[in-house]
Amino acid sequence: MRAPLSWIREFADLPASVTPAEISDALVRVGFEIEDIELSGADLVGPIVVGQVKIIEEITEFKKPIRWVGLDCGEKSNRFVVCGAFNFKVGDLVVVALPGSTLPGGFSISQRETYGKVSNGMICSSRELGLGQDHDGIVVLPPSCAKVGANAITLLEINDVIFDIAVNPDRGYALSLRGISREIAAAMGVKFTDPAHNFDCSPFPIKSGGVEVKIEDTDAVSVIFIRTLSGFDPSVPSPLWMQRRIEKCGMRSISLAVDVTNYVMMELGQPLHAFDQKHVKGAIRIRRAGKSKSLTTLDKQDRALNSDDLLVADDNGPLALAGTMGGLDSEVTSATTSLAIEAARFDPASIAKNARRHKLSSDASRRFERGVDPSMAEIASARAASLLITHGGASYVGTSTAGAPEFSPIVSMDPHFVATLTGAEISLATVASKLEIVGCDIEKVSDVLWKIDPPSWRSDIQGPADCVEEVARMIGYDSIPSQLPPHPVSPGLSGSQRRHRGIGNLLADLGLVEIQTYPFVSDATMKIMGYTGERAMTFRLANPMSEDSPHLRTHLIPGLLEAAARNISRGSRSFGLFEMGAIFRNSTQLPKVENPSVDKRPSSAEVSSIYSSVPQQPVHVGGVLIGKNEVESWMNKSRSYTWSDAISFAQQIIELCNLDWSIKRSDFAPWHPGRCAELLVDGKIVAHAGELHPRVVAAYGLPERSCAFVVNLSALPESAIVKVSVIDTMPAAVQDVALVVDSNVAAADVMAALKNGAGKLLETIQLFDLYEKIGDGKISLAFTLTFRAPDRTLTAVEVATMREAAVAEAQRLTGAILRTA
Amino acid sequence: MSASKDLQKWVADALKEITAAKNLDELKSARLAHSGDKSPIALASRALGSLPEDQRASVGKEIGQARAQVGEAIAQRTETLEAERDSKVLLEEVVDITLPAQRRHKGGLHPITIVKNEISDFFIAQGYRVAEGPELEAEWLNFDALNIPVDHPARTMQDTFFIEPLESRLVLRTHTSPVQIRTMLDEAPPIYVICPGRTFRADELDATHTPVFHQVEGLVVDRGITMAHLKGTLDLFARKMFGNDARTRLRPSFFPFTEPSAEVDVFFNGRWIEWGGCGMVNPKVLTACGIDTTEFSGFAFGMGLERTIMVRHGITDMHDIVEGDLRFSRMFGVGL
Repeated sequence: MRAPLSWIREFADLPASVTPAEISDALVRVGFEIEDIELSGADLVGPIVVGQVKIIEEITEFKKPIRWVGLDCGEKSNRFVVCGAFNFKVGDLVVVALPGSTLPGGFSISQRETYGKVSNGMICSSRELGLGQDHDGIVVLPPSCAKVGANAITLLEINDVIFDIAVNPDRGYALSLRGISREIAAAMGVKFTDPAHNFDCSPFPIKSGGVEVKIEDTDAVSVIFIRTLSGFDPSVPSPLWMQRRIEKCGMRSISLAVDVTNYVMMELGQPLHAFDQKHVKGAIRIRRAGKSKSLTTLDKQDRALNSDDLLVADDNGPLALAGTMGGLDSEVTSATTSLAIEAARFDPASIAKNARRHKLSSDASRRFERGVDPSMAEIASARAASLLITHGGASYVGTSTAGAPEFSPIVSMDPHFVATLTGAEISLATVASKLEIVGCDIEKVSDVLWKIDPPSWRSDIQGPADCVEEVARMIGYDSIPSQLPPHPVSPGLSGSQRRHRGIGNLLADLGLVEIQTYPFVSDATMKIMGYTGERAMTFRLANPMSEDSPHLRTHLIPGLLEAAARNISRGSRSFGLFEMGAIFRNSTQLPKVENPSVDKRPSSAEVSSIYSSVPQQPVHVGGVLIGKNEVESWMNKSRSYTWSDAISFAQQIIELCNLDWSIKRSDFAPWHPGRCAELLVDGKIVAHAGELHPRVVAAYGLPERSCAFVVNLSALPESAIVKVSVIDTMPAAVQDVALVVDSNVAAADVMAALKNGAGKLLETIQLFDLYEKIGDGKISLAFTLTFRAPDRTLTAVEVATMREAAVAEAQRLTGAILRTA
Repeated sequence: MSASKDLQKWVADALKEITAAKNLDELKSARLAHSGDKSPIALASRALGSLPEDQRASVGKEIGQARAQVGEAIAQRTETLEAERDSKVLLEEVVDITLPAQRRHKGGLHPITIVKNEISDFFIAQGYRVAEGPELEAEWLNFDALNIPVDHPARTMQDTFFIEPLESRLVLRTHTSPVQIRTMLDEAPPIYVICPGRTFRADELDATHTPVFHQVEGLVVDRGITMAHLKGTLDLFARKMFGNDARTRLRPSFFPFTEPSAEVDVFFNGRWIEWGGCGMVNPKVLTACGIDTTEFSGFAFGMGLERTIMVRHGITDMHDIVEGDLRFSRMFGVGL
């Protein structure tokens, strides 16, 4: 909200010496953010004076028509200037910048020759003076508002400080000069004069004769006043001071009737609406749209109404979108002579919905949404009527009202709670004085029970904690001490948290770089990946950032591939990326829940039904491997990452968790159907790894044979407590065997068979060579078997027997034949 | 010539030749000549048995001494010549140790992970637990229980990602506060938790906004918890994140779930920077979670992790944090 200092001073008794920075600091202390401090007129240098137009000569011989204007500026003779605007006539009062003056932006005015004339100054527009954005024509002052030659800088009160203040949603009252001045006065410890206090409404008694009002939806409005005036002169302009204040608040001066409603809204915080009474048929009714279908609003938009929209209507139909925007048909025009002024205290939620449904955030709706002082409908409407009578020659016809203001209930509290909750030493006297400063009335029942009556404009003060905040911000949060709470004992990171951290460190140590991607995917991506089953079952966002990517990811690979492609496009050639995060699969029927009330803890059944309405979101870690597995080196040529590297990463992750895995061939999108492994722990698939499908690799423009792995970390069981076995110290016996098998036999099967056949004394087995060029669809696998007995040195005969048993088992299960040199 | 005269000569010859040996090969010849099986001393030793019994002991002793003397000289000379050889040969084996040694790609953690770990460790040391919860969350936990009623502007489509169909009442959590609610529903006070995690708001990506971001929130519910405790905790936290010169400032503000509420600013690099929000847990929130507000009070705070690292590391564009360019994460290593 924009608030001019000159207006603030009317209500807050600020010393003349106060600086804008001091006011700004005070506002920040009590909870407002200052978006801007505008020093209006700071760069304006006179003489800038009021002049009266005496002579207008139209000059048309140039490409652009202009005027040659003679002005009476209170000097001995007329002053002549060239002017490009046409919105004035002889006799009008205008603002003239004389040679030697400087306008905002360092624009110096001097006598100059132009269009073949000597121009001796400049007639100014609103924008040229820094008053507003208006540059459609020059400023025409209201008739006889000043003498010719008068200082226009003073007349227009240009020198001012305008604060642009951000107001939190709980402080609707501060969207007015009345409210913000109260805050400034309280924060700076100066006297505040409430413009609404003792305002005399008696000249405007409730009486019939004007427009009547009926509340048809009592939930939507607590109180409403309609004041009817007649004999209004629509040709009278707004007084200059009113125009200037409205402009300083960032609004445009439009006409007296409209300006008055805006002026009173800025002053008291109560939005008002003026109807042309001739266009109101019968009584004004506050009702829901129901069957009313449409309304054309002031901005000339035809709006289709929602049946729940709150309307101001008459006997014929909708007049206005209540609290949001008026209707075009009942708009005040230059022909309006009788007015119906509406002031109401609408239900904030109803207005919020109106504004949201019609995407219409107006000065009125912003105030109603935040809650308007319910006592202001009566006073503000009377204030507006009084201004229209004083300045627009109107006469009072009558007032009708419905409903009654509803105020916040009394808050009962132990005043010591302020010190208890803040942890600051605050006396009860301070508590009382600070609550009174913000407008509360206090009934001190006892030292431990106060009944606090919040002021009418503070619908946000509803409980003791709200009162604590009021006192705390008034004494200043900086007067609260800094202490540490009692320290409990922490259980430390959970098992899964430790694992996630360890896996991140492992992958980074192995040369992979962690990234974090958006979890949104497109239909096209889902299709390219070839997902089936639960990975094809996505959650769809109702309002995605982009209609291209409305789904939540079911797998980490798409985000990784997109990032890999981006890195390649930026010049990286060999790298590994990994991401750890949740995935979302819409694969279980989730129960629908009704949101329980928040007045108390929901029942255990309600809590568990809420929990079960939320899908499981397992944490995965995935990686992509692109290009060479090592930095290109002077020692030897590095090789490309292969499917085997991807499998190794997955295995190392599982092994880091101290779990045993087994491996199987898999056909799982988006991997290459012949080059994908699944890893199992306790018989459950926990990971996939291998080479990516060539179609996917091509779709992302990745190097051929790029690889990837994914481990479902949520599927990894806790590792058992390690039970150590005795470390054997007897000598080991090492034996190599080379076996020839069909090329389609899995190495893991051969290894398992050897292990099985070798017996308990086999300590380790390692595949140390693979030879594929034997021919006949055969390959050779060479293993090192290490045997050790716990209690003795093995004899050559024993070792040979075990080796033969191992080979025999491999032969039985896999058809392996011992390879002879 | 007596036996001892011979021995003296043999020893003298040996020592002369050993000393004269210029390299290990010459020394080897000298060793074979003077201490080998066929050397005069060895032959004399072997001939001891043929000496008269009364001479055997004394001659044997002299021979022993001669052998020792020669052996000692060979050992010394060997040591000298080996050292000479080593210093020469090993120098010839010099390599360029400045050749690049690193072969593994340089990995790294995302700075959000690093700062999350750092904050977790800090609060664990303060006695907290790290609580986590789902990103796709029940509307009731994300809004209602936090005193954000149905008509609150935060619940509009402009701010919150909703899941189809809307009757599912699922949203992408807009803050990590639902984890606080889950904690309060599941556990009795005292509660000391921090909730780091990924959060979502329907903002367009630009230099300072991203629809997907991270927060860390803290929640303490215990007997006698005050705003002073909140300030003390934030001061310590700020110093941990921004160095010992960091200070915090609280400004009154508004959040539906705290009362009183405040914005937290931190003084860093000579200016005040908005860091996060905080306040005393609104009694309405405690009540919705079944916590007795006459016995317990609490504080809560929340900071954006992106904002924290942008301020601390001078990151000027949010794009760098979200685009997955490996050169960005690599700069941070693993945060050690």
